[in-house]
Amino acid sequence: MSFQDLLLQQIINGVSLGAMYALLALGFTMVYGIIELINFAHFNVFMVGSFVAMWIMGAMGIVGQSEVLYGLPLVGVLLVTLIATMLITGLLGVLIERVALRPLRGVAGTAPMITTIGLSYILFNVILLAVGADSKNYTNPLPRTHWEIGEAVLRLRELLLWGISIGLMVVLHYFVRGTKMGKAMQATAQDPEAARMMGVDVDRVVAMAFFLGSALAGAAGMIFGLYYNFTSFIIGYTAGLRAFTAAVLGGIGNIPGAMLGGILIGLIESLGGHFIAVRWTDVIIFSILVLVLVFRPTGLLGRAAPTKS
Amino acid sequence: MHISDAQQQPERRPLLEFSDVDTYYGEMHVLKGVNYRVGEGEIVCLLGGNASGKSTTMKTILGIVTPQRGTVTYAGETINTLPTADRVRKGIAPVPEARRLFPRMSVLENLYMGAFTREDKAEIESDLERVFGLFPRIKERLKQSAGTLSGGEQQMVAMARALMARPKLLCMDEPSMGLSPLFVEQVFDLIQAINRQGTTIFMVEQNANMALSIANYGYVLQTGEVVLSGSAQSLRDNEMVRQAYLGELKVAAH
Repeated sequence: MSFQDLLLQQIINGVSLGAMYALLALGFTMVYGIIELINFAHFNVFMVGSFVAMWIMGAMGIVGQSEVLYGLPLVGVLLVTLIATMLITGLLGVLIERVALRPLRGVAGTAPMITTIGLSYILFNVILLAVGADSKNYTNPLPRTHWEIGEAVLRLRELLLWGISIGLMVVLHYFVRGTKMGKAMQATAQDPEAARMMGVDVDRVVAMAFFLGSALAGAAGMIFGLYYNFTSFIIGYTAGLRAFTAAVLGGIGNIPGAMLGGILIGLIESLGGHFIAVRWTDVIIFSILVLVLVFRPTGLLGRAAPTKS
Repeated sequence: MHISDAQQQPERRPLLEFSDVDTYYGEMHVLKGVNYRVGEGEIVCLLGGNASGKSTTMKTILGIVTPQRGTVTYAGETINTLPTADRVRKGIAPVPEARRLFPRMSVLENLYMGAFTREDKAEIESDLERVFGLFPRIKERLKQSAGTLSGGEQQMVAMARALMARPKLLCMDEPSMGLSPLFVEQVFDLIQAINRQGTTIFMVEQNANMALSIANYGYVLQTGEVVLSGSAQSLRDNEMVRQAYLGELKVAAH
């Protein structure tokens, strides 16, 4: 394989991973942007999402990897699965916020953040008890269609993953920029008390941030399964920490930053993994996290460090 | 020490009333049995030093803090625990201390945030034109993000934003703070213009001279208690007010 083809292949892989991390990073960043909370439960909402998507496909009678769909049935199944998964994980996010975090709103210090770690463990253990510790073969009705560019291979599943990610980010962008709820979210992120004085219901805004972030995590969970062909109760940590790094790299609280950070982390993972060594991937990624936190805590697209009076 | 001159306070229907209001901030007793009465169409100003409870008064009107005892009445209705959003819908709009614009939104987006609780699109557009009539400078800055404006311009936008709610009662917290003297005069002219268009104004202000020159009535707040109230004229003539707030003597009151 020539160097160019190898590079192209790793870029294809990196952008795919990056698109998934970006979806996941958006959830961290939206919640942080509005209530300045790092939501560690997000890791495992993503993991739950990958199981939920598999169960939904199962409920539609699609199990395992031998059954391949084409055309309209394929689009239909994927669309129904995506929407239902996002709704379920979105509501899970709202539930988490309502039950465990809203009572702590206004409590200073790290208590809310520690609570999210606890919630993360609850989700983790519920799935572990429900499905067991072994990893599961993921349901995958995608045809094995692929295209060769030189010696690099672009598979249908990669195109699909890009399509879903870009589509969701475009929808999110227009939601935040163009709708009244989106404006309320922006206003609350910039000055919660002033937003309240304008008549914004801040509780609803926070619930919406959790809904959207968790829905995107659900989509990322489904994509993870379709991309890697497996899922397990443990997938939340690696992907979650990388996505968190992506959010910090882009500038936590910043939506375009999360997208950029996600793609960069994906590329670093695939290029670093190939041209340096796979076992160094995590070292490289978390060194970036540390370096960003030390030298540019506002991230690539972040504004001046957030301050609260 | 409490004086009042009922004959000078015109008998207008009260729009906002505080009776024996006690407000706490955590453990701290901030407002202690406070009474205010703001008549419809009036300009009423609240004077007081730091930590006198002025900002807490504002927050109590807006529903950011809830009184422990006493009643807050607005347009004949007790609003002690009414959520802020409902107060905005009923016509209470703030011009908060230090403006509190949304710094990374454009000026136009800030103005629309003022109309957040309203659904009448066509009316919102016509109010926008009305606001541009009062604040012609704003029109040149619509696309600019609010955080890049000068202090004076931000004050204009904050006032315009509040007007976009079509308020009956405008609550202004230190509208002249941090402004150059030229802007202060403009801001007070505008407050009078807004009042003439029928909006009642309740104002907390450090610049007692300016505030009393346009107000109908005033209250003086000290460590959470109303120590003095009366028509603006009577307050301007009051020895203690002259010493403490109008700076006519070199010595401060305390």
